[in-house]
Amino acid sequence: MTREEIIEKGQVVYHKPTLLNDTPMHYCPGCSHGVVHKLVSEVIEEMGMTDKTIAISPVGCAVFAYKYIDVDWQEAAHGRAPALASATKRLWPDRLVFTYQGDGDLACIGTAETIHALNRAENITIIFINNAIYGMTGGQMAPTTLLGMKTATCPYGREVSLHGYPLKITEIAATLDGTCYVTRQAVHTVAAINRAKRAIRKAFEYSMQGKGSNLVEIVSTCNSGWKMSPEKANKWMEENMFEFYHLEDLKDTGADK
Amino acid sequence: MADQEITLMKGNEAIAHAAIRCGCDGYFGYPITPQSEVLETLAAEKPWETTGMVVLQAESEVSSINMVYGGASTGKRVMTSSSSPGVSLMQEGISYMAGAELPALIVDVMRGGPGLGTIQPSQSDYFQACKGGGHGDYHLIVLAPASVQEMADFVDLAFTLAFRYRNPAMILADGAIGQMMEKVVLPPFKPRRTEEEIIKECPWATTGRVGGRKPNIITSLELRSEEMEVINLRIQAKYREIEEKEVRFEEFMLDDADYAIVAFGSAARIAKKSIEIARSQGIKVGLLRPITLWPFPTKEVQKLAGQVKGILSLEINAGQMVEDIRLAVEGRVPVRHFGRLGGIIPDPDEVVEALKRSF
Repeated sequence: MTREEIIEKGQVVYHKPTLLNDTPMHYCPGCSHGVVHKLVSEVIEEMGMTDKTIAISPVGCAVFAYKYIDVDWQEAAHGRAPALASATKRLWPDRLVFTYQGDGDLACIGTAETIHALNRAENITIIFINNAIYGMTGGQMAPTTLLGMKTATCPYGREVSLHGYPLKITEIAATLDGTCYVTRQAVHTVAAINRAKRAIRKAFEYSMQGKGSNLVEIVSTCNSGWKMSPEKANKWMEENMFEFYHLEDLKDTGADK
Repeated sequence: MADQEITLMKGNEAIAHAAIRCGCDGYFGYPITPQSEVLETLAAEKPWETTGMVVLQAESEVSSINMVYGGASTGKRVMTSSSSPGVSLMQEGISYMAGAELPALIVDVMRGGPGLGTIQPSQSDYFQACKGGGHGDYHLIVLAPASVQEMADFVDLAFTLAFRYRNPAMILADGAIGQMMEKVVLPPFKPRRTEEEIIKECPWATTGRVGGRKPNIITSLELRSEEMEVINLRIQAKYREIEEKEVRFEEFMLDDADYAIVAFGSAARIAKKSIEIARSQGIKVGLLRPITLWPFPTKEVQKLAGQVKGILSLEINAGQMVEDIRLAVEGRVPVRHFGRLGGIIPDPDEVVEALKRSF
């Protein structure tokens, strides 16, 4: 039976969003990026913004996000995506503008761009993938690496005396007057995926309503960097990451604006 | 309102007024002496209420240039301005823009370095502007104004060249040109391009997939070496075309000259006075003033080498452009350099002395 025959018989119970193309993804099996790409694609489609979206990709594992989601993309230098997004949104105010960044890009080298774009109340959304590690370069310590966690550059575990503390940049973002909606989500279960999708939709809508900047953190797995099976990585994330990075809405002033 | 206007103002102010008048869509900058009047003038003029131009003070030069990267990616006419230490911070973004082939304007009002250096005028960023500056094989189109009038005129010219070749362009001025007041004829108002015009003129731009077209991607990344070499060769071919078509220069009293001074920007103005003094003493000297520093007027310098007995490169630096002159001259006549450093502007008399000493 061909694909077309199945579709004709009305047996399709699920299909991937049309914005997500057929290019094989370079992400490791079990990585959270694929799910988040799907959610972002679905939300853009459902909002009818396919022809009005300008996305900014980071340096890191998601550098090639532009290969998978069929909207216009700008590929930024490491950490600079919020600066690109700020200018793009101000020059094209009726476009949906968002960045898609990892923790090294957003919370380390791009901290200044992140904080200031958010605090200028730029009408953009930042999708923040936090897997507590530098994935693309081979698993080095990130600003978000948990204490005790082993990486290629803290092989004996992160220690305060050597490396300082993991950075809760999302908590910082929630204190900024420029932010409208700041939330921390995950995509490790169906229920979590559904919540994360609603969060992305809310953030995108607020940005189009001119309510200020929005940050959606997705606490994610990096099973390659963590050196765990996908299943074990999900379990480890639940047991260790969520304790430090609580899944919750940290701020939502959209209704007041 | 639409007419040209004759007025008296600083070079930095002329940049700001010319930007508003030539249909610039966005300015993104960070304060630094001696060019802060660009952003201050724009803020005072409030062009967002008249032409709709966006003006934004960024958190750093790093951010400014990346805002320019984002804005240019959408096909808009966007610019930034800074001075030497700030432009050093921008080199990453400039390299990315050259790699992604983005048109934009960067104004560098040079001050003395290295490091934090001084706030007085200098031309010591010739190498940085003309030889790439950031990483990778690339060039900016570099225009060197020698008057407040040229500060105004080169804004539209730089945008025109940048969009013609999809390459960032730089106005390389110095603190003297930025700060001094002169009579200037501001250009007549030109409207900003409409969304339809931008989409038509820049089919590569990330404007959103208007009309359901295929996605546009702005990137400087290509991990496959074979593909990256093809991209580099295409960019290099573009540079050869720019070298062929866009060289600009001024000649002054060269017809009967036995010696030539080559100088740009402020130094070229000093050279004209020095030439007057030298000629009153019976020394026949003329001036070649490169207006485009890249592409460099190599052929014109080669021609000079067949005419004069010696060439003096007058620069407000330790000797940078002199290397390009020597490459062009290929040893046929002596080429010497004279310059002052640290923010000191050479005196016309000491240039004449340097000329006598050199040849």
